[in-house]
Amino acid sequence: MIQTTSLAKNYPSGDGEVAALRGVDLTVETGEFVCIMGQSGSGKSTLLTILGGMCHPSSGTVTVDDTALYGLNDDGLADFRARHFGFVFQSFHLVPYLTALENVMLPLAPLKLPAAKKRSMAAEALAQVGLAGKEGRLPSRMSGGEQERVAIARAVVNRPAILFADEPTGNLDSATSDQVMGLFEELHQAGQTIVMVTHNPDNGRYAQRMVRLKDGLVLQDTAI
Amino acid sequence: MKPYHIALKNLSRRPARMFFLTVALAVGLAAVVALVTLSNSMTADIEQTMDQFGANILITPKSNDLALSYGGISLGRVSFDQRELDPSVLQRIKTIKNRENIAVVAPKVLGAVTVRGKDLLLVGVDFAAELRLKRWWRLTGTEPVAVDDALLGSAAAKVLGVKAGDRLEVGDRSFKVSAVLQDTGSQDDSLLFVPLAAAQAITGKQGRITLIEVAALCGGCPITDMAGQISAVLPDAKVSAIKQVVEGRLQTIGQLKRFSLGMGGVIALISLVLVFITMMGNVNERKVEIGIFRAIGYRTGHVMGIILVEAGLVGLLSGFSGYLLGLAAAAGALPLMSQSGNPHLLVQWQVALPAILSVALVSLLAAFYPARRAGRMDPADALRSL
Repeated sequence: MIQTTSLAKNYPSGDGEVAALRGVDLTVETGEFVCIMGQSGSGKSTLLTILGGMCHPSSGTVTVDDTALYGLNDDGLADFRARHFGFVFQSFHLVPYLTALENVMLPLAPLKLPAAKKRSMAAEALAQVGLAGKEGRLPSRMSGGEQERVAIARAVVNRPAILFADEPTGNLDSATSDQVMGLFEELHQAGQTIVMVTHNPDNGRYAQRMVRLKDGLVLQDTAI
Repeated sequence: MKPYHIALKNLSRRPARMFFLTVALAVGLAAVVALVTLSNSMTADIEQTMDQFGANILITPKSNDLALSYGGISLGRVSFDQRELDPSVLQRIKTIKNRENIAVVAPKVLGAVTVRGKDLLLVGVDFAAELRLKRWWRLTGTEPVAVDDALLGSAAAKVLGVKAGDRLEVGDRSFKVSAVLQDTGSQDDSLLFVPLAAAQAITGKQGRITLIEVAALCGGCPITDMAGQISAVLPDAKVSAIKQVVEGRLQTIGQLKRFSLGMGGVIALISLVLVFITMMGNVNERKVEIGIFRAIGYRTGHVMGIILVEAGLVGLLSGFSGYLLGLAAAAGALPLMSQSGNPHLLVQWQVALPAILSVALVSLLAAFYPARRAGRMDPADALRSL
């Protein structure tokens, strides 16, 4: 479970500061599929990065399963992300010189697991997203949809407690977007907690709860 | 897969990105290796030349008050109370710290004799050592090897009316003149050389040595140092270092060595800056990639490790190729710079590893700050799309 209390984030701007978040209280239960929506500049991406342990808030707290996320030091936070979080980025962000299998193995590299185990876990994750047989391909030899699926496999290979996704279909056509969202739905049905940021209302229908942000505040929090 | 595998994959699958850095570092090391190898090879060349020039250390009895006329000391006539050196000094000379630098030890016994009614200076020598010491000698006849072989200076041969192959009576002994020295223009032209033991018997100086000439190679230490070391083991002897003309040449080589080391320092500094700039550019270019590593749980140390492994490998590769390139360049340039006409490339494999590792170390040092910066990169800042 994720719980935030009075979460605020200010960014420096010129001589002053601009508030990206202005006191967000949010709870995401284990197994929930929450979709965060809002206009550009509403603070949804900032919220995702803070929930994902990648950006210290200006004030407020984030607690994940009784762990105060920002009470951890830098290495502790990195370890926490490695063990509990998975990330899917808008632009896939695959490492161009690594094969699909190697990209999926990336989150496992710092973990003390046997090499064969890492390899089998990565192959299993690729098979889960329908890319069995394409383990040796470089990202440049894959379609956008395939790259997105590799990114999803990379995000779930360490069996994270929470999967964060930032505009996962932002660079895909509608047919491929549906396939990718179908994958998210399957993961959710298997019990995966998902927090997804999107501005595409069509993606919202796959979630069970929608949080709408405006000017750094929660405008609407409704079950779908 | 471990984090360092990422570095290996990056270098093996995108070699072009580090190619120019590798070439630049290799050329830098090659320049240093070529200069140092050249200066070392030229020093060895000069040392060999010095060996051919003869002795550079002279050992005589400390209280010898006779005026001898050989080897820089004058010999008027033989005195009854003349002191000689004990043969054990030959063994003691070989115990000095720089004994590896001793090329030739040539003991001699001197004495005046009358042959065919003429007064001559008899010199007892170890012919093998003597011929090695005086490579400029040209013999008419065959090299003396037998215990009754003698060698006669050209002037002495004329005065005595003797040629190679003739026999010569000296005291109660008979010698075969195996060879006559061609004119040397030195005092050697007037001398009669016989085996050391025979001369000791004729002059009544059994087991004694009048003086010892030593040819030392100067590369490992200055001649004056070696003379000091010999003095320390032979307290009763006077040890003189003979200044050689080639010392001037050695000083020039020394300057070249110092220049090489200075160049090495400058090149190391340039390499440091080059690697720093390249790795900083590399880190900035791979900001998103580093952001991904950080986001998915790589610690600062993991990311630093990736960058440093890349830098270290580039350094090792540059070091290895640069060392070989430097040797090749030195081999090509040495014949043009040597004056002996028969130079040998002095390859010191024991310095290969330190040279290669030093490039890797420079590379690692220069990459440390960029690696640290990459390791501390905020994932949210790196991934601008988030």
